[in-house]
Amino acid sequence: MATIPSPHTFRGGIHPAYNKALAAAEPIRELPLPARLTVPMSQHLGAPAKPAVKVGDTVAGGQLIAEAGGFISAPVHAPAAGKVVALEETLTASGRSCAAVVIETASEQVWQPLPTFPEWRFTTAKQLIDHIGTAGVVGMGGAGFPTRVKLSPPSDKPIDTVILNGAECEPYLTADHRMMLEHAAEIRIGAEIIRHILGARTLRVAIEDNKPDAIAAMEKVFQDMDGDVAVTVLHTSYPQGSEKQQIFSVTGREVPRGGLPMDVGCVVENVSTAFAVFDAVVNGRPLVRRVITVTGDAIAQPANLLAPCGTLYSDLVAACGGVAGRAAKVISGGPMMGFAVSSLAVPTGKTASGLLLLSPKKITGFTSQACIACGRCVDACPMRLSPAELSQCIEADDIDGAEQIALMDCIECGSCAFVCPARRPLVHHMRRGKAAVMARRAAAKKTP
Amino acid sequence: MDPITTSTLCVGGIGLASAAALAVAEKYLSVPQDPRIGKVTEILPGANCGGCGYAGCADYARAIVVDNAECNLCAPGGAACAQAIASFLGRAAAAMERRVAIVLCCGDDTEALRRAAYNGIADCAAAQATAGGDKGCTYGCLGYGSCARVCPVNAIRIANGIAKVDKALCIACGKCVAACPRKLIKLVPAAAEIHVLCSSKDKGPAVKKVCGTGCIGCRICTKLADGAINMDGFLAVVDYAKPLTNEETVAKCPGHCIRKDPPASVQPPTPRS
Amino acid sequence: MKPEAPSDLLIISSSPHAHCGESVTRIMLDVVIALMPAFAMSLWLFQWQALRLAGVCVAACLLTEWLCRRAMRRASSLSDGSAVITGLLLAFNLPPALPTWMAVAGSVFAIAVAKQVFGGLGYNPFNPALAGRAFMLISFTGAMTTWSRSPWIQKVAYAAGSATTQATETAVDALTAATPLGFAKEALKAGAPMPLFSDLGLLKDFFLGNVNGCIGETSAAALLLGAAYLLIRRVITWHIPVAYLATVLVYAAILHLVMPGASLPPHVHLLSGGLLLGAFFMATDMVTSPLTRRGMLVFGVGCGVITMLIRTVKTGAYPEGVSFAILIMNAFTPLINRATRNRVFGTKKESARS
Repeated sequence: MATIPSPHTFRGGIHPAYNKALAAAEPIRELPLPARLTVPMSQHLGAPAKPAVKVGDTVAGGQLIAEAGGFISAPVHAPAAGKVVALEETLTASGRSCAAVVIETASEQVWQPLPTFPEWRFTTAKQLIDHIGTAGVVGMGGAGFPTRVKLSPPSDKPIDTVILNGAECEPYLTADHRMMLEHAAEIRIGAEIIRHILGARTLRVAIEDNKPDAIAAMEKVFQDMDGDVAVTVLHTSYPQGSEKQQIFSVTGREVPRGGLPMDVGCVVENVSTAFAVFDAVVNGRPLVRRVITVTGDAIAQPANLLAPCGTLYSDLVAACGGVAGRAAKVISGGPMMGFAVSSLAVPTGKTASGLLLLSPKKITGFTSQACIACGRCVDACPMRLSPAELSQCIEADDIDGAEQIALMDCIECGSCAFVCPARRPLVHHMRRGKAAVMARRAAAKKTP
Repeated sequence: MDPITTSTLCVGGIGLASAAALAVAEKYLSVPQDPRIGKVTEILPGANCGGCGYAGCADYARAIVVDNAECNLCAPGGAACAQAIASFLGRAAAAMERRVAIVLCCGDDTEALRRAAYNGIADCAAAQATAGGDKGCTYGCLGYGSCARVCPVNAIRIANGIAKVDKALCIACGKCVAACPRKLIKLVPAAAEIHVLCSSKDKGPAVKKVCGTGCIGCRICTKLADGAINMDGFLAVVDYAKPLTNEETVAKCPGHCIRKDPPASVQPPTPRS
Repeated sequence: MKPEAPSDLLIISSSPHAHCGESVTRIMLDVVIALMPAFAMSLWLFQWQALRLAGVCVAACLLTEWLCRRAMRRASSLSDGSAVITGLLLAFNLPPALPTWMAVAGSVFAIAVAKQVFGGLGYNPFNPALAGRAFMLISFTGAMTTWSRSPWIQKVAYAAGSATTQATETAVDALTAATPLGFAKEALKAGAPMPLFSDLGLLKDFFLGNVNGCIGETSAAALLLGAAYLLIRRVITWHIPVAYLATVLVYAAILHLVMPGASLPPHVHLLSGGLLLGAFFMATDMVTSPLTRRGMLVFGVGCGVITMLIRTVKTGAYPEGVSFAILIMNAFTPLINRATRNRVFGTKKESARS
């Protein structure tokens, strides 16, 4: 096992002020069980789950309360024992609403575990994959892609490298960092299970060089793992945690346009997802809770809370001493790609790893100024696009023109808008353009 | 020869030659086209708004003459135009009623709450995609003007944070209907005067929390409208196929969301070419 | 009745919710600061004339921009500071004795026609200050090429005088040929030997600015100081200026090697005319120059080639080519942008063509 500096780094990217000191030293603290949990049916990419319980049902912790809604979907389990009091629409962080199962938690907790696989080394990949799917494990790095699907690449796409994503490149967030410090051993087992399932030879644990203690912790537990295993120390740069950029930094391979990591023989999993895989396979625990960094300059006591899915943001804020001063923006996730929410009555899910409360001092508003063609966004874009030209096309409603200059390759990382001196809402333009392209493609499919 | 004569002869010669070439091309290379298409194109108002579903007036004219498309699809042209085309082609004219667009929301910033401070592109779809929009009512008009921008005749005005269509100018092309991300705009008969200006499907108490002038689902109007207003869940909806003249519906609505328009012309406005 | 509104609304917007803190106004302020050394030198060399021209141009630019925005019913854009820069740069391109009304006319043209008509900052295809200068050069040729008598003329006459009496007379009497490049062009046309300007004392004058020329373009030292500030503050990158100056250097060196008697030495080319002002302050104007590093290099080389062509072609009318070269390359910027886009991440290298 070696620790190697990453041989490459992607071109572009930015270096924002990280502000991780606010929460980096806070050990993971379990949130006291809230009285009510509003468990969303959509905590993952793909079709929402379909409720499998009715109002009035009593559920045990870990019990299945919603089935996967399709192939690209995941089931949802009860985070705690209690009674189902409502099936209603809830606001989610992205602004859309989705169905939710509201559970009033019981004072006496009962837990219903799934089967465990202590001899996972001798279990077939298919069995393990099905189990991970049954446990509702999804990617916990933010997108929530169902892990079962990610770990089942087609046979014509062999995987030789598994990359464990410990970069956590977003400013303010420290959840993955604390997981690596406090649960390194479990993460290692999860990584081994993933490598076993994929039949891959190589494992790389990718961590940015601004987390030397996490690098040391991971070095220690991966020390005696067999095979081609190494901790790769990445250059600290945003968005080093983005899949495509990370694969390049670790292996030098570029995921082809419109392609997926499996096209270059790689699978990237977040360290928290590796933990969830371990929890599911070894402990029979479905994914029902996660660590969330509650931080920012408008929260009294920043913390890394282990909270059950379905906890309202207001409960998280209360558990951290409440708002300090005035919160001008509340963000679900990190400041670069997170969603600004309009109220604290939003429940947590499996994917968002942060809740950021920012005071008016930290807010820089977008303007409607014209592009001055300074080119800083072109330098910053990690996908090597031209955000200046793209945003000008989209503003002029020239969606075809934008598509021709690679609009659909945009990963919405926000590096361009971060550096724009005219403070243009570049990512907003990209999203608007992409939505128009998708609408056109959908309409074209309908007309014969 | 001096330069002036040379230049004049050269340029003049090129001009004459080009004109001759064009004349020859016009005679021998022209694409044969049914002459009726040209005449129908002339009858059509020439707004090229696309409301008929075809790519401009000439395309619609071709469709009428060649594909036997209906003559009454042109909203700006109206009944007069449909009649003229039908009689020119010797066909029976179908009935045509002038329609106008209407924004089914009256919750402007003096009545309806904003639940967040929106900072972003002044476009309704973009605002809707940002945390579900900044309006308290998730069904109401966001007022960022996407409909006003696509209107080819500038018939839509944004006042106090919501959109309002000027019936006198509207040519019912349907672009605003497509542009609205909340599907608030409908095409209704121009002759209809009483409308329920609310689209909120929320229950009464939920509506009142976010808007002082929304439909609370009390059903008083359904009793006064003689079948012309029906309930869609908690929302009153006008059935424009039935006549609605009872002004008590306006007076007795507790949410003041039923309004009566001043009368509008049954002739569409003359489009400026 | 409107329900009671919550007191503090949260702000909702698209991501990202963090920003580096830079703004257009800050960038413009940095450019103004970078122009201060050259401005200070111009005050020392040309005194009242420099102050008059700078003041008039800046004021006229600001007023024109404000009026145009009012007329177009758009929000005022004065706060972005770009009008101030256009005024200063335009003033730096004017000869000291220029009548005030001409300076005003040029400023109005620069802002109203070359900038606001297109939509304001960000939409203009041509550098407004240079467009203003070109307008004035063509409309007021006489005034734009009249330089006041100064002791400098005697010095140059002395340097050139050893060659022929004819050149000396021409040098002392001709008001129009009183810049170094002007001298060179006249000599070229007359078939007279080129003044070599190799006297070190004369070179020092070039460097410090004690030569005839437009009020802001004379002092290489002050301009380089300002340029260093811009580079350190990362307002500009090295690509355009280095490409421009290197091209001029190479072109002039080759020409001087091939035809030593009929061309100026390269260092004179570098230090004369508005080249340094143009290379560091005008060609690098963000709006009118390419977006990518590769594109900037192409732009710089193009400016260099055209500048030298205008300066050295024997039958050419103009001794100075920087303004026109940059304006011509501005027209090519959209094309350069299209041709020099970065290879999108994940594009196969062989098939990388946008």
